[in-house]
Amino acid sequence: MAGKLLNLTLKVWRQAGSGQQGKFEEYKLEGVSTESSFLEMLDMLNEQLVEQDKEPVSFDHDCREGICGMCSLFINGRAHGPDRGITTCQLHMRMFNDGDTIVIEPWRSAGFPVIKDLIVDRTAFDRIQHAGGFVSVNTSGNTIDANAIPVEKEKADKAFAAAACIGCGACVATCKNGSAMLFVSAKVSQYALLPQGRVEATRRVLNMVRKMDEEGFGNCTNTGACEVECPKGISLENIARMNREFLFASLSNDIKAE
Amino acid sequence: MSIKLDSRIPEGDIHEKWKNHKDHMRLVAPNNRGKIDVIIIGTGLAGGAAAASLAEMGYNVKAFCYQDSPRRAHSIAAQGGINAAKNYQNDGDSVYRLFYDTIKGGDYRAREANVYRLAEVSGSIIDQCVAQGVPFAREYGGLLDNRSFGGTQVQRTFYAAGQTGQQLLLGAYSAMNRQIGKGRLQMFNRHEMLELVVVDGKARGIIARDLVTGEIQRHSAHAVVIASGGYGNVFFLSTNAMGSNGTSVWKIHKKGAAFANPCFTQIHPTCIPVHGDQQSKLTLMSESLRNDGRIWVPKKKEDAEAVRAGKLKPTDIAEEDRDYYLERRYPAFGNLVPRDVASRAAKERCDAGFGIENNATGEGVYLDFSASFVKYGKEKANELDIHNPSQEEIIKLGKKVVEEKYGNLFTMYEKITGDNPYETPMKIYPAVHYTMGGVWVDYNLMSSIPGCFVTGEANFSDHGANRLGASALMQGLADGYFVLPYTIADYLADDIRTGTISTDTPEFEEAEKQVNERIQHFLTNKGSKTVDYFHKKLGRVMWNKVGMARDAEGLKEAIKEIEEIRKEFWRDVKVPGSDKTINMELEKAGRVADFLELGQLMAIDALNRNESCGGHFRTEYQTEEGETLRDDEQYSYVAAWEYNGEDINQEILHKEDLNYKYIKIAARNYK
Repeated sequence: MAGKLLNLTLKVWRQAGSGQQGKFEEYKLEGVSTESSFLEMLDMLNEQLVEQDKEPVSFDHDCREGICGMCSLFINGRAHGPDRGITTCQLHMRMFNDGDTIVIEPWRSAGFPVIKDLIVDRTAFDRIQHAGGFVSVNTSGNTIDANAIPVEKEKADKAFAAAACIGCGACVATCKNGSAMLFVSAKVSQYALLPQGRVEATRRVLNMVRKMDEEGFGNCTNTGACEVECPKGISLENIARMNREFLFASLSNDIKAE
Repeated sequence: MSIKLDSRIPEGDIHEKWKNHKDHMRLVAPNNRGKIDVIIIGTGLAGGAAAASLAEMGYNVKAFCYQDSPRRAHSIAAQGGINAAKNYQNDGDSVYRLFYDTIKGGDYRAREANVYRLAEVSGSIIDQCVAQGVPFAREYGGLLDNRSFGGTQVQRTFYAAGQTGQQLLLGAYSAMNRQIGKGRLQMFNRHEMLELVVVDGKARGIIARDLVTGEIQRHSAHAVVIASGGYGNVFFLSTNAMGSNGTSVWKIHKKGAAFANPCFTQIHPTCIPVHGDQQSKLTLMSESLRNDGRIWVPKKKEDAEAVRAGKLKPTDIAEEDRDYYLERRYPAFGNLVPRDVASRAAKERCDAGFGIENNATGEGVYLDFSASFVKYGKEKANELDIHNPSQEEIIKLGKKVVEEKYGNLFTMYEKITGDNPYETPMKIYPAVHYTMGGVWVDYNLMSSIPGCFVTGEANFSDHGANRLGASALMQGLADGYFVLPYTIADYLADDIRTGTISTDTPEFEEAEKQVNERIQHFLTNKGSKTVDYFHKKLGRVMWNKVGMARDAEGLKEAIKEIEEIRKEFWRDVKVPGSDKTINMELEKAGRVADFLELGQLMAIDALNRNESCGGHFRTEYQTEEGETLRDDEQYSYVAAWEYNGEDINQEILHKEDLNYKYIKIAARNYK
């Protein structure tokens, strides 16, 4: 097999449940291939734990190709680990050295309560979307021809760049205020940029921002850590756009959040 | 034999079938829809679209997914695009041509009426998604952009960079959110369906497990829709998400739903090769890359050996020493041949000793963009009015163009392999991707259990023996938005007076008991081997003997070996922890138990089909040139298997004949 083998020490956050006290446990792991991914390394750890009749470490993961947004993890104090522009599942062990100690923690934020070990509850993100993360269109088969809604290429590209958010929550986890502004602004921006979303744009931004506040996320102080740690490069520009949309909506007399 | 297969294909000309059928199906009046409960398992394109549409119509919908949010369903990982017969590019596309390409691409093993309907509604899908705000790629004039995909000679694929599945799924998810916000759709995240409840022969509910609290729940409904995707994880290594499983389709199979063509598995040609024993899954590189990448291996064996030994770099190999084997063998389609053809051709070269991966497998071929860098660079230089640019400048400009088209894929490749594909060709190899087989359904997408519908990848009907690129997203959304909402009403029309279905009946009791017994068996078994040990063992048998190439002898061995693994699994599996909390080992144990049975049926089905077609390649049945040799006389049928007790060898084969009235069956030729 190509690649080298690493021996590692892992400090992993273990917590039996949401109401319970958690603590770090230390594990030794040998023979980890530099070709394998970070989650494959955790798979190895779990195999080892099960073989020793211990409970494996619970962590969220699914597609393992950087797109579903299910994986999380604070690794050595960084959301999704030391590399830029990737999710934990895309992090590979060639980023580490033989003999390293790696500290692995869940997302830590009031908006994301721990469920077990490294798994947190991110359903607040869903609830914010229920409040307006959509265009109101019915499935009827009678929608107008797609090319009857032309969209300027630059705007379509920008809308796509905002829509590329995977909802992983790295932005919240890494923000000192626990703010969800990058996430919410990405959705607000996508629709604000497209003709399809304009009709209900004012109501959308008011409702989504209100819900975001209700869910206990902090405010944005433009630190920019979210943008740095975002695996999909969602831009701070979206937060500016959301603020502009919000200000406009707040100043318009006839539309209120509902 | 209890199952009777009635495909219920409407009479009449194929162009009129769907329209006539819609005109004559029964309806449920708006004021009655609130009296009807529908359960949907899975929230990918098929399940999410159906959940949103049915909730919007006014039914009470409960949707279930095992992930923490419906937005994470594996449809999100589809990269390349979605087909639709819009003919926006004026290159001669039409509903008939899309229909024809799909039937031909499926090697004449799909159902004609279903595929025609798919092609017919394809245009509405794009309209719907655009109206939802899906940011498809645009041209400068603001119109939608299209590209071409494997197996076709027109540009009918709509896309959003390399993340089309993501954007389409987020579209369906946003439609779901609108209904959840209105309180019409109840979402059960982190829940798994573990049993179907059948009452008086009809699907009437499910037993689900809350994966966080471990609570076993009873949910009743007037109809149950299974939209749980494919079962490719039978192979352990595949491009599926880690949690993708076959449990819901297998559970309904055991309750009476026929399982069709289980052996038709698509092996995708452009995946990142296996790195070693610690590998957990495989990553696909979008097929769209074949538009601009050329596939080759060294022409000389000694070069291939030197590459594998790490002594020679691909860029050291001269142009004349490269074998562009797809362009050589299939000049008309070249690198754009369908997936099964491209996959087999790669295997053939690697088996012949020309593979290039420098690890234990030795398997891999190059996907090389250097010619495109030059082509696009020259175009760009002209566009920018740069006269007499140097070769270096041209390549630099070309790389920028390619980056715009596939940047995210190139980055992904680099993150995974550590190689920069702008500087050295990508290495690719085929991997298990999509299961064309699935639960048998009639034209209305209903399984052989009344009231149990199956949509998207989980059913069998539209792709035949092989799926063309960009047709999976199309089927998922067609089923969810535009087929099921009509056909399910026809069935539910009988249920407007039924009232709420009680969960306090012997049938629910019994189903819950089965679930609890299984869970307790795993937790108290105290065996010596982990769940993954068995899953990997199954996967190796599946890949080696039921994989890209099969023969009768290997299949017979596989059937026996799987049986042995299954016995050992039930005897010796070890699952730690409790059932009252998140326990992923317990979840996996249940899924692997089902894969073990399903894997065996796949081998049995492959052994039964004495021909080669699409993703099913029996080495005994090939032409002198190594192409698939179909036997239309004997095997132009859907193999629908009926469960018949614990011994999978005893499953009963039913045949649905495939009649092609609108397409003349011919050998599939891409030369």
